[in-house]
Amino acid sequence: MLYRESGQFKTTYAADQAILPIKQDLYFVILAILIAVAIPFFVSNYVIQALLLPFLIYSLAAIGLNILVGYCGQISLGTGGFMAVGAFAAWNLMARIPDMPPLVAFILAGLIAAGAGILFGLPALRIKGFYLAVTTLAAQFFLIWLLQRPWFVGYSPTGVISAQTIEILGWRVDTPVDRYLFALAVLIVMALVAKNLVRSATGRKWMAIRDMDVAAEIIGIRPMITKLKAFAVSSFFVGIAGVLWAYLYLGQLEAEAFDIYTSFDVLFMVIIGGLGSILGSFLGAAFVVIVPILLNVIPGALGLPLGTAMISYIEIFIFGSLIIFFLIVEPHGLARLWSIAKQKLRLWPFPY
Amino acid sequence: MAAQPEPKPGHRQAGEILLKVENVDLAFGGVRALREVSFEVRRQQIFAIIGPNGAGKSSMLNCINGFYHPNSGTIAYKGAPRKRMRPYQAATQGIARTFQNIALFKGMSTLDNIMTGRHLKAKATLLENAIWFGRAQREEMEHRKFCEGIIDFLEIQQHRKTPVGTLPYGLQKRVELGRALAAEPELLLLDEPMAGMNLEEKQDMARFILDVNDEFGMTICLIEHDMAVVMDLSDHIVVLDHGEKIGEGSPEEVSSNPRVIEAYLGTSEEEGA
Ligand SMILES: Nc1ncnc2c1ncn2[C@@H]1O[C@H](COP(=O)(O)OP(=O)(O)OP(=O)(O)O)[C@@H](O)[C@H]1O
Ligand SMILES: [Mg+2]
Repeated sequence: MLYRESGQFKTTYAADQAILPIKQDLYFVILAILIAVAIPFFVSNYVIQALLLPFLIYSLAAIGLNILVGYCGQISLGTGGFMAVGAFAAWNLMARIPDMPPLVAFILAGLIAAGAGILFGLPALRIKGFYLAVTTLAAQFFLIWLLQRPWFVGYSPTGVISAQTIEILGWRVDTPVDRYLFALAVLIVMALVAKNLVRSATGRKWMAIRDMDVAAEIIGIRPMITKLKAFAVSSFFVGIAGVLWAYLYLGQLEAEAFDIYTSFDVLFMVIIGGLGSILGSFLGAAFVVIVPILLNVIPGALGLPLGTAMISYIEIFIFGSLIIFFLIVEPHGLARLWSIAKQKLRLWPFPY
Repeated sequence: MAAQPEPKPGHRQAGEILLKVENVDLAFGGVRALREVSFEVRRQQIFAIIGPNGAGKSSMLNCINGFYHPNSGTIAYKGAPRKRMRPYQAATQGIARTFQNIALFKGMSTLDNIMTGRHLKAKATLLENAIWFGRAQREEMEHRKFCEGIIDFLEIQQHRKTPVGTLPYGLQKRVELGRALAAEPELLLLDEPMAGMNLEEKQDMARFILDVNDEFGMTICLIEHDMAVVMDLSDHIVVLDHGEKIGEGSPEEVSSNPRVIEAYLGTSEEEGA
């Protein structure tokens, strides 16, 4: 009885096309946002730093990758590389242009990452699947190599540079709570943008290319432009996630922080959370961030502390088997399981 | 063959030439799929291409919408002969089609499939869609309304939100027609719209085709194996066999053409219904 669609008859197409046409979903999102805003004031800085910030930033990266992989059906193993492009673009813009406002620098950095996405997305116009995966993998290694050149790191001898402080209209984004709230605000705005895109004509074109590119072209969709737009938008999101990772989470920039494992992690989130689902991107990010921490905490609490090596084996095992499970059985991931649960709830307590 | 057919009673007089195919030749390696095929499709016509399996019918449609490129010969649409083009350019010029093997977007709902068919009418940019403001929102409502009209017309209201991959075959064919109609094309190419359907489904589909032609004056070029349906629906028929045009004319003319009868008698046993 909690989750009922019945009785909510849509009387206008506008109501049915609304971002969350079912009232309970809307309430759920509002509640989630309220909790998200309140939570940093009730938890320790450690929780913010180790759990909440990575969750927010990874969610953003997962949304970005999901646009490309889940909605447009293209593959990318270059997520880490594009995050790095965003982060280093922001640093260089602020370091080289006097009085560059951080927000402007961040948006420009996203656009630069989008440009890199377009550049490395060009091969997707000719190749698909495995070959595209290899090309994006090459992009990953090339970008990380490139961003270690002295010019990009301001000739720092160690290759590590510290992030400039962010100050927006007198608000110094400094304490963990500040950084959390800043990341949350960016995430909410960008998730909304992503949701708008995927429910609009733009999103339908992506999905058409994903489901059957030949038929898409025959109804007048230009595969080239459509795919490149997906690469651009995806890389914009991923680039901004890279900015947040460097400026809010690490506090410093180092190309190696965005290595190939970052790319895989984000891809795992998208697959586990659900291909082609914005909600799934959040669920996947939460899962990938929380599991290692639980593996650290739970056995210890049960009096069976595991060695670090053991933990990372178990982690690989869990992610590996889940990915196989979801790819084979349920490509729509956790998001799909969630909607099945909702379906059940809708009928409960009368299952027929 | 050269003479224009008598308009069938009840059907409106065909208009000017919309599509002119001249001496089109198409080969795949050693296989000549089309040999010097010529014909004209006139506005408002229901035009049929028939012929035994492998005759080159689908290949002809593929040439018309830019999917295949003829080795020689010309295709003129609205009087302008065209150069090599991509399928999306054919769509921009007002040519829509359905496929012999359904080519829907399997992961999307019925409504989204049909909405996608309308995308050439959408002007909102990516940025406008991103903030869901002004034109983006307005267009979405307009298209939704238009597509709901198509959904009502095709009687698939209760399947609006169903992922098309889960719909039965006959309904998928309808959705595919809906997606083509959403583009408001001037020329609608239908490749075996009734293949694999039962009698009732065929009747529904025939009614939709006639209504589309009647009400919207849409020119239709269709391929169909079911002779009864073809004879009933079409104003003008071209018969292909082994890539060659072996007959053309009104249904009466074609069904009394000795070459056509010969070609069909040769294959009618395998063909079944
Ligand atoms: N892409 C292709 N590559 C190679 N050969 C092709 C291709 N498309 C069609 N053909 C060949 O061209 C010939 C005509 O095929 P087409 O599909 O146009 O026939 P059809 O009249 O539509 O037949 P059906 O009634 O079985 O659909 C066949 O011999 C076929 O094998
Ligand atoms: Mg065919």
